[in-house]
Amino acid sequence: MAQIFAYIVHKGGVIDDTAAELAVAAKKIDAGADATAIVTGTGADLDTVCNEAAKLFSQVWKFDNQALAYPNAEVVRKLLVSVLPKDAIFLVPHDTFGMDLGPGLSIKLDVPYVPDVIEIEPAEGSTFKMVRQEYSGMAHTHVACDLGAGGVITPRPGVFQPGDESDAGGQVSDKSDQVGDLSAKRRFLEVVEAEMGDVDITKADVLVSIGRGIEDEENIELAEELAEAMGAVVSCSRPIVDAKWMEKSRQVGTSGQTVKPKVYMAMGISGSFQHLGGIKGSPFMVAVNKNPKAPIFQVADVGIVEDILEFMPEMTEKIEELQ
Amino acid sequence: MEILVCVKRVPDTAENEIEVKSDGTDIERDDLVYSVNEWDNYAVEEAIQIRDKVGGSVTVVTVGDEESEEVLRREMAMGADNGVLLSDSAFEGSDGKAIASILKAQAEAGNYDLILCGAQADDGAGQVGGMLAAMLDWPYASLVNHIEIIDDKKVKVGREIEGGNQELNEIELPCVLSIQTGINEPRYVGIRGIRKVASVDIPVKGASDLGIDPATVGEAGAKVKRLDYFVPELGEGAEILEGSMEEKIEKLIEMLKAKGGLK
Ligand SMILES: Cc1cc2nc3c(=O)[nH]c(=O)nc-3n(C[C@H](O)[C@H](O)[C@H](O)COP(=O)(O)OP(=O)(O)OC[C@H]3O[C@@H](n4cnc5c(N)ncnc54)[C@H](O)[C@@H]3O)c2cc1C
Ligand SMILES: Nc1ncnc2c1ncn2[C@@H]1O[C@H](COP(=O)(O)O)[C@@H](O)[C@H]1O
Repeated sequence: MAQIFAYIVHKGGVIDDTAAELAVAAKKIDAGADATAIVTGTGADLDTVCNEAAKLFSQVWKFDNQALAYPNAEVVRKLLVSVLPKDAIFLVPHDTFGMDLGPGLSIKLDVPYVPDVIEIEPAEGSTFKMVRQEYSGMAHTHVACDLGAGGVITPRPGVFQPGDESDAGGQVSDKSDQVGDLSAKRRFLEVVEAEMGDVDITKADVLVSIGRGIEDEENIELAEELAEAMGAVVSCSRPIVDAKWMEKSRQVGTSGQTVKPKVYMAMGISGSFQHLGGIKGSPFMVAVNKNPKAPIFQVADVGIVEDILEFMPEMTEKIEELQ
Repeated sequence: MEILVCVKRVPDTAENEIEVKSDGTDIERDDLVYSVNEWDNYAVEEAIQIRDKVGGSVTVVTVGDEESEEVLRREMAMGADNGVLLSDSAFEGSDGKAIASILKAQAEAGNYDLILCGAQADDGAGQVGGMLAAMLDWPYASLVNHIEIIDDKKVKVGREIEGGNQELNEIELPCVLSIQTGINEPRYVGIRGIRKVASVDIPVKGASDLGIDPATVGEAGAKVKRLDYFVPELGEGAEILEGSMEEKIEKLIEMLKAKGGLK
C-alpha cells in the first residue's frame, strides 16, 4: 500500500479540527497505515502544531521556512512535489486551501484527484469506492479510483469525526533543510477581515434564515415580519448575499458567519454542506421547503413541506393572534 | 487583454428537483431545465467588465454536445465576442482531468492572457480550473471574488476564504482564475439579446482538430469513474409535520414555545 500523507491546517499555533479528521480518513484507506502529517509554516508556533499533530499521526514532517509563513497553495504545491514520494496518497481537507491546492497538485504528481469525499469504503485491491455528492447534496454518487500509484483526496471537513483514539505518540522530523526553491508566480499580500454588519447574527438565540426559496427581494419583508413576531433575527444563505439582497454579515455558512442559536428556522434553504457548516451547537432546527426531498430534511429536527411565501405570513398572523 | 472563459451546461438546481433514477444509472433527465453553470455566469460577466475597461476580447468555450451550443449563445448575448464548442464522441464520459486537457488544447490554440473558470460546477467538483492551470504551467487562484488589472504583466486578486475573509494576492499573467459567486452582478439577458446572436457562427472542434488522442479522454481515459447515483440511507431525518397549513403552524408554535423559540 502506498504511503499516506495528511496536510495539517493550522492558524495562530492552533491545529485545525480537520487534522484529526484526516487521521480518521487515513485509517479508512489503510487501517494499519502509519500516516505522515505534513506541517508547513514558520516560527515557534509551528512546534506547538507539530506536537499536536504527533498525537494524531505516527510521523510528522516539519517544514519551517519564511516562504511558508502563509499557506499559499502555489508555494506549498512546489514543496510537496519535491518532497512527496512518487506513489503517495495525499489528503488535504476540502476547504478553501484544499480547493486551491488539490487539483493542480494531482496534475503535477500525475495521480488521480478525488475531491470532496464524504465516505471511503473498504478497497478491493487498490481500487477504492468513495462517496461524493452532486447538485448541492441532492444526489449522491459512488466513484471508483485506483490509488495503487497514489492519489490526491480532499475529504469534506466535519465528516470524518474522530472517536476517542489514543495518542499516536508520533515522531516529529524536521525536514526544513529539504525545502528547495519556493519561488512562485503568485504572491500572498494580506488577509482582509470581513466587515461587521449592523446586526450580529452570531449573538441571536433565534434565527429566521432565508434561502433562494424567497424568490424575490420584496419577499424578504415576509421573513422580517415573522422574525419580528418571534423575537428573532433574519439571517440568510449565500445566494441572497450574492444577489445583494442582504449584507454579507447576515450570511450563515463556511464563507459567512458561524452561528450558535437555540432555534434555527431554515426557510427555502436546500441544506448544502457549506451552509450547514456555519451552524454550530445543534440548535432545534426547523426546515420549511416545498421540495419534500430537499437535503435539509435529513438534518432538521422538524420539517414542513410548504411554500414559504404562504407559510411565513400565516405563521406571523398566528403568533400575533396569540399575543 | 485576450480572455478565455470556460463554461458548462448543467441542470439548473434552482429550477429542478434533482431526482435519482430508480436503477441508479443517472439522475432523471426528462423535463430537466438546463442552464449555464451559476459560477460560470459570474466568470463571463467579470471577463466582459475587464474587456470593457482595458480592451481585448472575450471567448467562451465549452466541452459538450450539440445542445451545449445554447449556453455559448447565451453568454455571447451577454457580451462575449466569440464562442467555441469542443465536441466529439470521444469526449463523452470524460472526467475532470480529461476536460481540463481538452480545454488546454483550446487554450494553446489561442493567445490568451487570462483564463476564467467557475469555482465549481453543480455536477462537478471544483477541479477543472486548477488542473488546467497546472497543465499549462500557469499560476492559479481559486474562489476569486475580486480582480484588479495592474498592468499587462500582473493582476491583483482577492480569494474568498473561510468566514468571508478575503485573501489578497498578486499573480502573474498569463494565469487561470476560478471565480466565486458574488464577485459581480451578472447582467440580465433578454430574448432580444439571444435573438441578436442566433445566427452567429460558432465553430465546433473535435479531437483531431485539437490534436487530442481519443484514448486519453472520454470514458476510456477516466481515472475517476462514477459508478452510480444513489439516495443515501437516511438517519432519523426530520419529523415531518402533517395536516393543513394551520395545523402545522399550530404544532410548530407549541414546539417552539417548548424550545424557547418564541418570546
Ligand atoms: C467555497 C464555497 C463556499 C460557500 N459558502 C457558503 C456559505 O457560507 N453559506 C451558504 O449558504 N452557501 C455557501 N456556498 C453555496 C452553497 O454551495 C449553496 O449553493 C447555497 O448554500 C445554496 O443556497 P440555498 O439553499 O438558499 O439555495 P438552493 O440550493 O437553490 O435551495 C433553495 C431551496 O428552496 C426551496 N424552495 C424554492 N422555492 C421555495 C418556496 N417558495 N417555498 C419553500 N421552499 C422553496 C427549494 O426546494 C430548494 O431546496 C458556498 C459555496 C462554495 C463553493
Ligand atoms: N465541460 C466543460 N466545458 C467547459 N468548461 C468546463 C467544463 N466542465 C467544467 N468546466 C469549467 O470548470 C469549472 C469547474 O468545474 P468542475 O471542476 O467540474 O466543478 C466550471 O465552472 C467551468 O468553468
